[in-house]
Amino acid sequence: MRRLPWKPLALTGPALLVYLVVLAGPVFLMLLLSLQGGKGVAGVTLAHYAEILGDGYFWEIYARTFVMALVVTAVCLLIGVPEAYFLYRMRAPWRGYFLLAVLAPLLVAVVVRTLGWALVLGPTGPISNTLVALGIVQQPVSLLQTMSGVVIALVHVLVPFLVIAVWSSLQRFDPDTLRAAASLGGTDVAIFRRVVIPQVIPGALAGAVVVFSLSATAFATPAIVGGRRLKVVATSTYEEFLGNMNWQLGSALAVLLLVVNILVVVGASRLVEKKFAHVFES
Amino acid sequence: MKNGPLALWFHALFIGFLALPLVMVMLVSLTAKSYLSLPNDGMSLRWYAAMLDNPQFIAALKTSLLLGLSAACAAQLLAIPAAYALARMQFRGRQAIGAFLMSPLLIPHLVLGVAFLQFFSQAGMRGGLLSLVLAHTVVVAPYAVRLMMSAYTGMDPSLERAARSLGASAWTAFTRVTLPLAIPGVVSGWLMAFIHSFDETTMTVFLASPSMTTLPVRIYLHIEETVDPLVAAVSSTLIILAVVLMVILDKWFGLDRLLTGGGPKDEQ
Repeated sequence: MRRLPWKPLALTGPALLVYLVVLAGPVFLMLLLSLQGGKGVAGVTLAHYAEILGDGYFWEIYARTFVMALVVTAVCLLIGVPEAYFLYRMRAPWRGYFLLAVLAPLLVAVVVRTLGWALVLGPTGPISNTLVALGIVQQPVSLLQTMSGVVIALVHVLVPFLVIAVWSSLQRFDPDTLRAAASLGGTDVAIFRRVVIPQVIPGALAGAVVVFSLSATAFATPAIVGGRRLKVVATSTYEEFLGNMNWQLGSALAVLLLVVNILVVVGASRLVEKKFAHVFES
Repeated sequence: MKNGPLALWFHALFIGFLALPLVMVMLVSLTAKSYLSLPNDGMSLRWYAAMLDNPQFIAALKTSLLLGLSAACAAQLLAIPAAYALARMQFRGRQAIGAFLMSPLLIPHLVLGVAFLQFFSQAGMRGGLLSLVLAHTVVVAPYAVRLMMSAYTGMDPSLERAARSLGASAWTAFTRVTLPLAIPGVVSGWLMAFIHSFDETTMTVFLASPSMTTLPVRIYLHIEETVDPLVAAVSSTLIILAVVLMVILDKWFGLDRLLTGGGPKDEQ
């Protein structure tokens, strides 16, 4: 049968058309707007980028955003990798039940989960009450508007992504390898460190890239837990758009975030492919 | 392969960590008092009654449902033919088109929100339902495309060839053989698209208007103003719905496969 090129084009055509108009169009428009001067000023200018890069206030916001994303990613790796492994070692039906329990929060809207953390971390929440009851602090304490509070809430929102990523790389893992390692006298810790970890590194890093990218661009959680005092790029972009009505500056903020985000994600993926090519081949 | 006591403790703490904020929301929503507190002396459903009497939340729920339904249907209308071409045909540019159709997954929703706000403002559509449907369609379409592709690749292509060789037209073979076999993919792709649309907040917060607000955005705006038992009641209703949905999805499709994009379970 001769394959005519118009057939696949006709099938993908509607999707391509919608994407071109509703996705490529708006993103292109945003790039244009970030290069525009003030109202009624013609021509292309990098003034908004210069304003951001020349202002310590914005440097601080970018630095806070990426440090926060790095810490969130590190914590997710630290607790997500062992949890995925322990799930993997469980027997049916527990394994299935707990995998569900780990994935279930993904079906609950992020604002709802963040509201939960606002209640837990707030001055009337259980953490504050326990500390007061134990006499460790005199006054109620609040982790709201602190970096630790935002990190805790973001880890909760994003750690399921990491567990899934590690879980799916463990699915390709032969359990006999573990038995062999154990029969050769490996301790649990040695087996985890020398057999399991090398096997799950690609999955863990793929999950880490997702977690990093999502936490660097998260909006609702930093807005609710971090509040106005702890601004990140997403919340200040929101403010420039809907508070200060400075759309050109807001666009430039978003474009810079997009660029840095793409660089990090592509860079990390390249690194993973290069360094761990042997794991993918097997 | 048994987990030692340390591993089990870690696991218990992990699950407790995941459950803690959700349990907290549900507890606070049951308070009988008029301010934020745990239901120490007496539980009450008064905040659930207040929620049903709140026109803002009810309107936002209706918007979210209508938006999710429209965006999921639109996404499937685009995905069913497009994924067929990507999964079954060899042609130049196939990889590029596939990557383009998946690209909304790679663009942060914050950036999409900014871009859509400007685009729909210029088009004079800002704050309308149509702008929300278009934006959500593009954002959820990759999930539909991914699950449809795995549905098409997961079935035996010789069934369709057999129908063709017995004289069925390409259209008949597709609608009578291939599509019915792909129904699990159609349903799961639609559901994933609906769930992502229903939960989307970051992008929608830029596009919503006072008269056209989705439920998560309404909850966010409410929390920005005040955290009260009312918003806890709305949130715990969503948690309960999510648990019900989770049980159903897991029974039908296997939640892990849905969320990792592997497509529905093979029927065996």
